[in-house]
Amino acid sequence: MTASLTLVVLMAVLFGAGISIMLERSLTRVLIGFLLVGNAVNILIYLMSGTPGLAPILGEGVDPDEISDPLPQAFVLTAIVINLGITAFMLALIYRSWWLAQLGTKGDLVDDEEEDVQDAEEAADLIRSSAADDAAIQEIIDASDEEPDEGFEEELELEASARDRSDGGDER
Amino acid sequence: MTAVLVPLVVLLPLLGAATALILGRHRRAQMAVSAGVLGTVTVIAAVLLGAVDAGESTVVSIGAWPAPYGIVLVVDRLSAIMLLISAIVLLVVLVYAVGQGVADRHRETPVSIFHPSYLILSAGVFNAFIAGDLFNLYVGFEILLSASYVLLTLGGTGERIRAGVTYIIVSLVSSLFFLSAIALVYGATGTVNIAQLSVRLAELPDGVQLILHLLLLIAFGIKAAVFPLSFWLPDSYPTAPAPVTAVFAGLLTKVGVYAIIRTETVIFTESDLTVLLMVVGGLTMLIGILGALTQADIKRLLSFTLVSHIGYMIFGIAVGTQLGLASTIYYVVHHITVQTTLFLTTGLIERFGGATSINRLAGLLKASPFLAILFFIPALNLGGIPPFSGFLGKTGLFLAGAEQAGAADAAGMAWLTWAVIAAGAATSLITLYALTRFWNMAFWRGRGELEGYESVLLGSVQEAPEGATVTATRTTPVLMVAATTTLVVVTVLLTVFAGPLFELTDRASFDLVNPEAYVSLVFPGGIR
Repeated sequence: MTASLTLVVLMAVLFGAGISIMLERSLTRVLIGFLLVGNAVNILIYLMSGTPGLAPILGEGVDPDEISDPLPQAFVLTAIVINLGITAFMLALIYRSWWLAQLGTKGDLVDDEEEDVQDAEEAADLIRSSAADDAAIQEIIDASDEEPDEGFEEELELEASARDRSDGGDER
Repeated sequence: MTAVLVPLVVLLPLLGAATALILGRHRRAQMAVSAGVLGTVTVIAAVLLGAVDAGESTVVSIGAWPAPYGIVLVVDRLSAIMLLISAIVLLVVLVYAVGQGVADRHRETPVSIFHPSYLILSAGVFNAFIAGDLFNLYVGFEILLSASYVLLTLGGTGERIRAGVTYIIVSLVSSLFFLSAIALVYGATGTVNIAQLSVRLAELPDGVQLILHLLLLIAFGIKAAVFPLSFWLPDSYPTAPAPVTAVFAGLLTKVGVYAIIRTETVIFTESDLTVLLMVVGGLTMLIGILGALTQADIKRLLSFTLVSHIGYMIFGIAVGTQLGLASTIYYVVHHITVQTTLFLTTGLIERFGGATSINRLAGLLKASPFLAILFFIPALNLGGIPPFSGFLGKTGLFLAGAEQAGAADAAGMAWLTWAVIAAGAATSLITLYALTRFWNMAFWRGRGELEGYESVLLGSVQEAPEGATVTATRTTPVLMVAATTTLVVVTVLLTVFAGPLFELTDRASFDLVNPEAYVSLVFPGGIR
């Protein structure tokens, strides 16, 4: 088996650079490091296919010994797709974590508030009647197919009163 | 004939995930799809277990490409057992999550993302169990990991993002290890088919085998949370919503353990790392449980016991006799259900008591005797009190270890084996101590004693680094309680039917100690 020296050197450089960047504290750099190491591993897989040869298509007059090994190429393709998906997710995560850092500790509350408004009525019901949970659940299931979008103002008030009640309950 | 069912265990959850995603606005339909899919897979897994135990062939070559070249899906007894127990646990936890989501109006689990991710996670877990080649195992891992990233950071709050980042980066690194190992294995043997590797790896020089073996073990060890690769687990699991933590704790580490079992038995038949595994297993038990002792937060405490009990399975794998592996498989099944149950119960405690810290919970026995029972049975079970399955599994493991230590050819290994058995017994007692301490404080202690309570028992406990306070909702939806109760019943059933179950795992481990059985399953005509 022969392997291309260029690829081996490239792989080594990618591994080295990738690992050293991955050790940084910044998430973006960790992601870049992950991408570099991921590509280094892909090249490693490719190197393992052995001596390069003809395109791996078995036609007439093609000697099977002369075509290159197609399996590692399939592996590399799969690995690239997986890396792509994970990179997309990591980018979203990094953006989210940057966003939270910008907002400080209040960051979490923004999301919850909106849902609280929607949920107030049902939540209040449930807090009052833990014995009648079963019926309440059924009701909510029935009601949940449509999103409530009207009566926003009323629900705000309801929500406020529900929160008062539940706060009082906690202190007890 | 049953072979046609094999691909369905992966296909159905994936199709279900797509359907659930399309039905994003219709919550009831989504729930029906998820529950239906997992219910069907449970039935399929049961049928497959029956078929495989009766000796039917359950090997499928995808796209009719013959074995060493194409993708093969292999269900042997071990795979079938793992499929069945994980399908049951996934289904029950789904019911719990639905109950919680409905009661909270999906604040914790935004349902339009939760159900598809959960189903994809299931598909990944099932795929890992039936993978017949290393690369497909890698794909299975990636499917379940990608889904778990989403589930762990659900809602995207600051705390979860922080916990998620640790988990994701550690998982990414372990995946890179795994992929590099696959590349090198392929370079050395020209195949990734597990059955073929079983024959070809043994022909390699010892040094090469050792390197490949260690690389794979590191990759799986990170996933299984084996000491010293377990540091990430207690920091990342506890922040997720209760059902997510429960299913992660129950299943994800066990997928790693499953991969280690395969590596040690079928893939590397010659290369022997018994000493390393013994030492690592013993240390995992002790260090994990000592970590649990100092935790005030029950979720963190359980995460540490989870790490600690992985040690038992590693010990069983290290012993490697038929009895050892049979006990390991039994222990894996027991641990999946018990650990999941405990995390589900913790979710109920959190809702009902309004906290998860031992310093802030009290008087729950009076408030909810049923909840007390739901916690007490799995706690005793995990601690290894007879007659529960935890006791039976540990006894089996210790017996296997003792037998091995007493064998004539184990001269140098004997003291090590005895030491690990002692560590295992100590771990079991400390687990019991940690859990009963929590039970005493949270359930037994009166509500009125909470103010200014002092006890030597609480002298060393530390709160979670970011002691998040939860507010009590005081509602325990019927579905959540029913799901938890079902799992408690399952753990008790594991005890009641321990006899037949142990015979089954014994047959499964017979296939493992004789890897030719696995090879002939995939290559009925022998390997060319």
